[in-house]
Amino acid sequence: MNAMSFLLAGVGGQGTILASNVLMEVGLALGYEAKKAEVHGMSQRGGSVISHVRWGEKVFSPVIAPGDADVLIAFEKLEAVRFIRDLKPGGMALINEYAIVPVTVSSGDQTYPDDEAIRATIAAVTENVHWVEAITIAENLGSAKVTNVVMLGALSRLLEMEPSPWLTVIEARVPQKFVELNRQAFQAGREAV
Amino acid sequence: MTDTVQRLLSGNEAIARGAWEAGVAVASGYPGTPSTEILENFARMPGVYAEWAPNEKVALDVAIGAAYAGRRALATMKHVGLNVAADAFFYVAMTGMEAGLVIVSADDPSMHSSQNEQDNRRYAKFARIPCLDPADSQEAKDMTAAAFDLSERFDVPVLLRPTTRICHTSTLVELGPDRKRLPEPGKYPRNPAKYVMVPANARKRHPVIEHRLQEMAAYAETFPFNRIEWRDRSLGIITNGVAYQYAREVFPEASVLKLGMSYPLPYGMIREFSDGVEKLIVLEELDPFIEEEVRLMGIPLYTPPGEEDTYRPNRKTIFPIIGELNPRIVREAARKAGLLEGAPAPPENGSHPKGSTAPDSLPIAAPILTPQDLPSRPPVLCPGCPHRSTFYILHKLKRPVNGDIGCYTLGVIPPLSAIHTTGCMGASIGVAHGGAVAGDKERHIAVIGDSTFFHTGIPALLNVAYNNSNVITVIMDNRITGMTGHQDNPGTGRTLQGRETREVDIEALVRACGIETVKTVEAYHVEEIEKTLKTWLKQDGPAVLIVEHACVLLPEERKEYLPLRVEADACNGCGICFRVGCPAIVKSEQVDPKYGRPLAEIDPLLCTGCEICAQVCPRDAILFRDQILEEQRQAHGKGAKQA
Repeated sequence: MNAMSFLLAGVGGQGTILASNVLMEVGLALGYEAKKAEVHGMSQRGGSVISHVRWGEKVFSPVIAPGDADVLIAFEKLEAVRFIRDLKPGGMALINEYAIVPVTVSSGDQTYPDDEAIRATIAAVTENVHWVEAITIAENLGSAKVTNVVMLGALSRLLEMEPSPWLTVIEARVPQKFVELNRQAFQAGREAV
Repeated sequence: MTDTVQRLLSGNEAIARGAWEAGVAVASGYPGTPSTEILENFARMPGVYAEWAPNEKVALDVAIGAAYAGRRALATMKHVGLNVAADAFFYVAMTGMEAGLVIVSADDPSMHSSQNEQDNRRYAKFARIPCLDPADSQEAKDMTAAAFDLSERFDVPVLLRPTTRICHTSTLVELGPDRKRLPEPGKYPRNPAKYVMVPANARKRHPVIEHRLQEMAAYAETFPFNRIEWRDRSLGIITNGVAYQYAREVFPEASVLKLGMSYPLPYGMIREFSDGVEKLIVLEELDPFIEEEVRLMGIPLYTPPGEEDTYRPNRKTIFPIIGELNPRIVREAARKAGLLEGAPAPPENGSHPKGSTAPDSLPIAAPILTPQDLPSRPPVLCPGCPHRSTFYILHKLKRPVNGDIGCYTLGVIPPLSAIHTTGCMGASIGVAHGGAVAGDKERHIAVIGDSTFFHTGIPALLNVAYNNSNVITVIMDNRITGMTGHQDNPGTGRTLQGRETREVDIEALVRACGIETVKTVEAYHVEEIEKTLKTWLKQDGPAVLIVEHACVLLPEERKEYLPLRVEADACNGCGICFRVGCPAIVKSEQVDPKYGRPLAEIDPLLCTGCEICAQVCPRDAILFRDQILEEQRQAHGKGAKQA
């Protein structure tokens, strides 16, 4: 396999970094070389968080060049639009159907784009778009915190991969008492796409 | 053969591991992105001493002291930290040590979290010491160990210079089997000719340093991290650090000279490589550091047509000098220079080119959003941040505010807009003093955080006191080093390795500096901050206000979260609470019937209950914690009766 590039975009506190750690380890479990690059400069809450994960027989650059990502995994709609041009034309976009209004909108003068404009902007790059109500699914299972695992479940299905290496990695990363919840979240994600 | 252990490590974790395997006994540093996690990880390893120093200069002196005492030592900092430590850096380059000393400078191309993107390879050349640049986590670990051997072999401190993309990238690392066993250190040296840099001794040391540099340049020819990878010989690329990865990605067929040591350079190796390829280029991030050295060697580099006779002091020949590289930037620059075939790619963040697989038949009703259409999501002071009240008042007071480096630099962002200068760590007080003694008609206010005050604020405050200037200093004491993710400092009462220790009394320290007008106030008490500053603005002489409340993200503070609420009936949408710039206060969809303004609303998931907004609300429309608690008690009481 040539290098496979995943761009993960979210908002601080959404579990973006954890999801990218899992994704990197799945790549290793599948026998690929894997690299993960992230930017977490200013430690405040509420900023954009972006993480790059690459798998392949041989991976050089840890950074995905703009327009070269094979998959965009967005945990928030505005961040999906912000990074959609980093996706290859026709690449796969997996998007959490969820909005977190930034402070520039909530108490400022900027406006959050409407759904029609968001979808049109994404459609201009790719038709291969999968919307998942991951936070609703996670909340129904009992905790919004497993939103990222719902997203990983959906991703595993879209990549047409068996659940087992993913679950092994996820289970090794969560406390024993949350293993069952995470398994359910992963399965629900698989069924959501 | 023993099985090797492999682990996914960030570059920072790998450097910590490498230092431990190399037998480092003492490490000191000051937190700074992207270097912070090196020391945090090293501190957890068995059998080591690690500490946060109040600044990088102290950290480096500590590491030097340990190396003079015959123990391997490490100093860690971000690139601009080496500016603070520069004095120590230069003397230790002169003296050498009794045991290995490695100084880590984590550079930040693209300034993800920095005030500049200085290229610290220049410091190595400046001080005539070696500079090592790892290209991934494995190299970060292995080079750290190699740096100590190099340091002892030539009696020279070594600069290890990872960048953000090395520090914060995780790759697989093969661990060393164990920690190196080092001989017992000897007696502390009594060797003033080497260790006392009075002019007479320093003059004798300088030739030693120049000779050492010559010897290290010869050693660079066999240094194992410098290597030639022969492939197709039509193009040869000299590269180092993360740029090596981009070279391999963009030019998979090209021959590469990968330099693990960017100073001093292996002349023979470069000459051999140059002779073996048709076109020779240098691919490096930031400054044309290697490029300049290679040109000084008289070795011709490929120059794009039309650029042969131009002299521009601040330009590299092919690749950008500004910002970090990525494979796309490298590819585009190479195309422009005639090194790669192919049509130019679309502009970054622009639309995709025609003929891509993107659907163009899709009926698009809505306009396509451009990046400029999207609301930004900047980092902001957190909901409940104890710095917010001070900036709200400073904004109202309209005086010039000289700021400093920390989370609180975000006080510059609207609507608070309360900072007018920020340069480097500790600059606030001195810059304010300079304005005052220059006779500026406006009264200057300096704002500085607790950790930054300990870092380099104290000497500046001494200067204000001693020279009696009209500066008001506000020390924003949130009881932790916040920006870099909660590191302990002399104010917290804990050390890096978790020991309880005495915490400094900031008010007593300020008085000891000679400041007589000093007051400590609760940071959430808006009125008292305003009253105090207004009183002091009418008086002359230096004054220090300490606004104290622990960072709201600390675990103890999180336990106290209690979301407040806006009473919609009482709110008339005056918007004063929006001016505190809290992410938890949002514009409601409800509109005041009389004025047609949106009412305020509080996001219960974000609000911590700090009450700053409640205090500034002129209509008492925002309930205080006591009112919320009283409501809860009544609701409980009711519930109990019904049951």
